[in-house]
Amino acid sequence: MSKVLMKGNEAIGAAAIAAGCKYFFGYPITPQSELPEYMSARLPKIGGVYLQAESEVAAINMVYGAAGTGKRVMTSSSSPGIALKQEGISYIAGAELPCVIVNMVRGGPGLGSIQPAQSDYNQATRGGGDGDYKLLVYAPGNIQEMVDLVQLAFDKADYYRNPVMILGDGMMGQMMEPVEFKEMPKMDLPAKDWATTGTQEKRKPNVINSLYLAAEELEQHNIHLQTKYQEMIDKEIMFEEYNMEGAELVIVAYGTTARISKAAVDLLQAQGIHVGLIRPITVWPFPYQAIKDLPESAKNILCVEMSMGQMIDDVRIGNEGQRPIHFVGRSGGMIPTPQLVIDKVKEILNGGK
Amino acid sequence: MLNERIILAGFGGQGIMLMGQLLTQAGMNEEKEVSWLPSYGPEMRGGTANCDVMISDKPIASPIISADATCAIVMNLPSMVKFVPEVEPGGVVLVNSSLIEETVERTDVKVYYIPCNDIANDLGNMKIANMVMLGAYIEIRRSLDPESVLQALESKLGMTKASLMDINRQAFAKGAEAAKLQM
Amino acid sequence: MAVVFQKTKGLTDVETHYCPGCTHGIIHRLVGEVMEELGILGKSIGVAPVGCSVLAYNYFNCDMSEAAHGRAPAVATGIKRILPDNVVFTYQGDGDLASIGTAEIVHAAHRSENITTIFVNNAIYGMTGGQMAPTTLIGQRTTTSPYGRDAATTGMPIKMSEMLAQVPGATFVERVAVNSPANVRKAKRAIKKAFEIQLEGKGFAIVEVLSTCPTNWGMNPVKALRWLEDNLMVYYPLGNFRDYQEVENA
Repeated sequence: MSKVLMKGNEAIGAAAIAAGCKYFFGYPITPQSELPEYMSARLPKIGGVYLQAESEVAAINMVYGAAGTGKRVMTSSSSPGIALKQEGISYIAGAELPCVIVNMVRGGPGLGSIQPAQSDYNQATRGGGDGDYKLLVYAPGNIQEMVDLVQLAFDKADYYRNPVMILGDGMMGQMMEPVEFKEMPKMDLPAKDWATTGTQEKRKPNVINSLYLAAEELEQHNIHLQTKYQEMIDKEIMFEEYNMEGAELVIVAYGTTARISKAAVDLLQAQGIHVGLIRPITVWPFPYQAIKDLPESAKNILCVEMSMGQMIDDVRIGNEGQRPIHFVGRSGGMIPTPQLVIDKVKEILNGGK
Repeated sequence: MLNERIILAGFGGQGIMLMGQLLTQAGMNEEKEVSWLPSYGPEMRGGTANCDVMISDKPIASPIISADATCAIVMNLPSMVKFVPEVEPGGVVLVNSSLIEETVERTDVKVYYIPCNDIANDLGNMKIANMVMLGAYIEIRRSLDPESVLQALESKLGMTKASLMDINRQAFAKGAEAAKLQM
Repeated sequence: MAVVFQKTKGLTDVETHYCPGCTHGIIHRLVGEVMEELGILGKSIGVAPVGCSVLAYNYFNCDMSEAAHGRAPAVATGIKRILPDNVVFTYQGDGDLASIGTAEIVHAAHRSENITTIFVNNAIYGMTGGQMAPTTLIGQRTTTSPYGRDAATTGMPIKMSEMLAQVPGATFVERVAVNSPANVRKAKRAIKKAFEIQLEGKGFAIVEVLSTCPTNWGMNPVKALRWLEDNLMVYYPLGNFRDYQEVENA
């Protein structure tokens, strides 16, 4: 199939539909409204449902109900809206329902700004709501990758019976790039015999639920969930390494800041300074091993984020105290420039001067 | 090797975003690597509008221009003040001289003054000032085939507005002529 | 020997956790009987709330989904929009529906979601230990209104049926009680109608059922029924507040 020029937000919608998602429940918030707008135009024409809920809280609970029927369903929002959805996300994870949730992150805390940010990293990678649960979180680096990962996300959500999050930012949502919708390999997925579709009086009732009043039962449920998360850790970690061999410093960045860092890496290389880049594509599970196994040549690590420093904690975990870790970032909707990264790299290589 | 980094800026309603999208689409049709990054004010109408467009032979790393634009297209005075400093030395600035009386003070960039609105007015449609500027840009930079830009516009206009293609072609050609006089 | 009473197929054999004398059991039975009589058990999907009836998913003999507090109408919306040919109902208490879930119930009614809501109003938070509900009466003592509910600081008790009857999308709104055999029969008729409306695709139907909470009211079951008649039924008059026929004729 040929390439088309699409805005990130619209490309997500098109990718979801290509993945067989016909149901979308959402609520408007900048900078992701092009996605619900796109869905509201497309879904009714293919026998699907677009519904604008009365709130993000209602939207995620509609997703809970819809996912319970076994159909592929999606919602999207941006930071404050995702914060509101956390109740429902926890219930969905607890009840083991598949769905895809998109967060096009904007500056926070509170109402924050409408400009791009990465300050929801902790919320996305640590569960976000109450209880011991995890989301599989993809942080695409460009719109093509976002399209590919959205399609993969639906398969993974079904396979693990777990919500999967696409963690983008306002910039990725609003920018345009050429994308190609490729035929994705079909995953072998188990039948959804747990879905609430009516018993037809031929089977026992199915119950979608996250309540376990007996403590020992809830503990068993949590152990079961952890087994699933361990499987994700074993099988799902994705990351990209760039210019790593012989690098004297390694940058760790994801999403938009990884693009900016890649530009900085190229510009530094042209000046004879060898810097590598590790770009986590799954931010949960995080590629700890890649951080642990940096090449001998790398003496320093630099984290670049559009936040005051959140992913840096995961880099610390992976680093296990081996190398000094530095940070440079912008927040509140400000976007770091390649020059900012270059200056920081030079400062570190010059011993902090 | 092509590695064009363009800032397009003006006020809302001048068709700035469309100009950027047409260049991006044309670049894609020519199988170049491209990206289009908008920046809006919070207001929906009448505010400032600018976008960054990358057209390159290599994959686009950062889609953001930061003081390394190869070209700035400024359609009004506030845009000139704000974005001329973003052009790298040796770069190019295209000024809509119909709305901007001031001249660019920098001497390390090449400046072209295109009276976009006057030309559009002479053609009888103020809305095509942006196409005048695109014609001038392509004539000067030759980053893309002029026909790919016009084809991008044709597919954007679609069947319902196909009748507007003629006047847009004229605007594009007049912009190129105006640029030639200064080359 | 002739069978004069038989447990409905609409309920499972699980023993309920409700306190002795609580009228939730009656209301469960009515909903179960209605589903059985309408022959819709095989295609019904119920949504349970948070509150005393949180475990309703164990008692109704159909597919069930347990919602977050107040969100049952949103969950039901998600199910019904995808499975329009199934029957979807919510079973909610007064804290769930009239307090934390007001947005969800109002907007489900507003969209005229083709679902049925059973709203059990016993004027108190039962499961959490007898705290004040939005429907608690003025002067009524609860664990969070120990001196009696005071309108000056907590407002007047909320009349959900009257309120929802003003929503253009609400097709059927009726308040009933389960304090006497006659009223139980009326309650069942209303519940049946609320399901029939859904089967006819006519939109949102809600039945508010005045119920007792002997445990948290601090009364024996008989006295609780008397208190319901003398107090709840006075402030919350029984009757139909909206009917689709009336809507059609309007």
